[in-house]
Amino acid sequence: MAKILVVTSGKGGVGKTTTSAAIGTGLALRGHKTVIVDFDVGLRNLDLIMGCERRVVYDFVNVINGEATLTQALIKDKRLENLYVLAASQTRDKDALTLEGVGKVMDELRESFEYIVCDSPAGIEKGAHLAMYFADEAIVVTNPEVSSVRDSDRMLGLLASKSRRAEQGEEPIKEHLLLTRYNPERVSKGEMLGVEDVEEILAIRLLGVIPESQAVLKASNQGVPVILDEQSDAGQAYSDAVDRLLGKELPHRFLDVQKKGLLQRLFGGRE
Amino acid sequence: MSQADLLDQAPVFQLKGSMLAITVLELTHNDLARLDAQLLAKVAEAPNFFSNIPLVLALDKLPEDCGELDLAELQAVCKRHGLCIMAIRTEREEHIARARELDLAVLPPSGARERLIEPAESAEARRKAEKPREPEVRPTKVVTTPVRGGMQVYAEGGDLVVLASVSAGAELLADGNIHVYGPMRGRALAGVKGNAKARIFCQRLGAELLSIAGKYKVAEDLRRDPAWGDAVHVSLSGDVLKITRL
Repeated sequence: MAKILVVTSGKGGVGKTTTSAAIGTGLALRGHKTVIVDFDVGLRNLDLIMGCERRVVYDFVNVINGEATLTQALIKDKRLENLYVLAASQTRDKDALTLEGVGKVMDELRESFEYIVCDSPAGIEKGAHLAMYFADEAIVVTNPEVSSVRDSDRMLGLLASKSRRAEQGEEPIKEHLLLTRYNPERVSKGEMLGVEDVEEILAIRLLGVIPESQAVLKASNQGVPVILDEQSDAGQAYSDAVDRLLGKELPHRFLDVQKKGLLQRLFGGRE
Repeated sequence: MSQADLLDQAPVFQLKGSMLAITVLELTHNDLARLDAQLLAKVAEAPNFFSNIPLVLALDKLPEDCGELDLAELQAVCKRHGLCIMAIRTEREEHIARARELDLAVLPPSGARERLIEPAESAEARRKAEKPREPEVRPTKVVTTPVRGGMQVYAEGGDLVVLASVSAGAELLADGNIHVYGPMRGRALAGVKGNAKARIFCQRLGAELLSIAGKYKVAEDLRRDPAWGDAVHVSLSGDVLKITRL
């Protein structure tokens, strides 16, 4: 049974695309045939983060308009056997997506993939609505600050009322909270909301906490999903999140301030 | 299909309903000479108002035994003073027949407010009036899932019970009472149709706004209340919201 996952947030710049790439790659690493679909038509980024931007010929909108087949548009990942990317169009805008068109593509993808990861654009308008409409599960990406939490809350409301499952009275979308750019040091100083605060406000299951990390920026620039950087804290945190998504119970890591070693303190090593 | 064909099929009209304020001339005596004289005086008072004014001529107040009415002459009298009869209001057969001849529209006698009620109807109306309508109790609306920011829940005609959290930016409305058993961070407006007896109950007061029958307090005032964060009930005493610990 294929599962459609949407990675969404409401607010922009919180790490949706980074998360889509990492979760999608993580699922593929664990042997599940996965496709990551970029819904951010007009501002396509996923292909850059996945490092396949030079191989985009046909995109999502071409498939919807019948200008290309799905097989032509799917880009196979170079690193992993069972990972594919469906890029967004850079030359169109979100109005190029239609509910029927997206539904058709989703149905087609369902036939050959185990997981379909939908990378939602920011906002609560058409693009974001279409990205979440067909979802079975949602990963709500939130930064530990009030405006991001409020936007995620709004998005959770829409997931519960405006999705296909809600409209057809089926079992509601399963919601997961992913806290990104978490900085335990700043939390302890009271400059950031803590995990408990965010969990309490949003009242959904915590899928993972991704620490703020240089590794994320480095990975994005290199076009390598951060989850493949097994040495990095962010990569490990995403790895844990994927395991939890697949039903494993794991303790949450990277929540506490790490004490700096003597050498680090002496040479003032950067975070 | 050519351009011309397409144009042929384009609709040339639309039907629309509209409410217009229309002057009604209610005739009480079949005396055209007196009407002529009185209209002259009336028109002199406000000549602009009466220039080509459309008019409904009401004949239903005319006594039964007033004799034959010369509708054509009546129309002529009106026209002379700048009144343009567009329809007549009557029930009587002979008037209707004359109106048809003169191409005037016929309206049924005036609305229920002015009309004397028929005996049968009035008895029924009295029976209705005697028995005051029982207040209709609508079932309480129960919400079990979190009410998120941007969502609005309205319990029309009754109470609202929320068993989950209410986020900042969410809005609860009820004609009756509101009960919130999860953390309450949104807005709650009880008695929105003016019921000053409505109350708000919450397990953890953290609301952005509370209102009963239009009297409200915002978070800035609520925060100063010692019961902020506690289980409270809110009622209206006079014009002020009273917050009491549960």
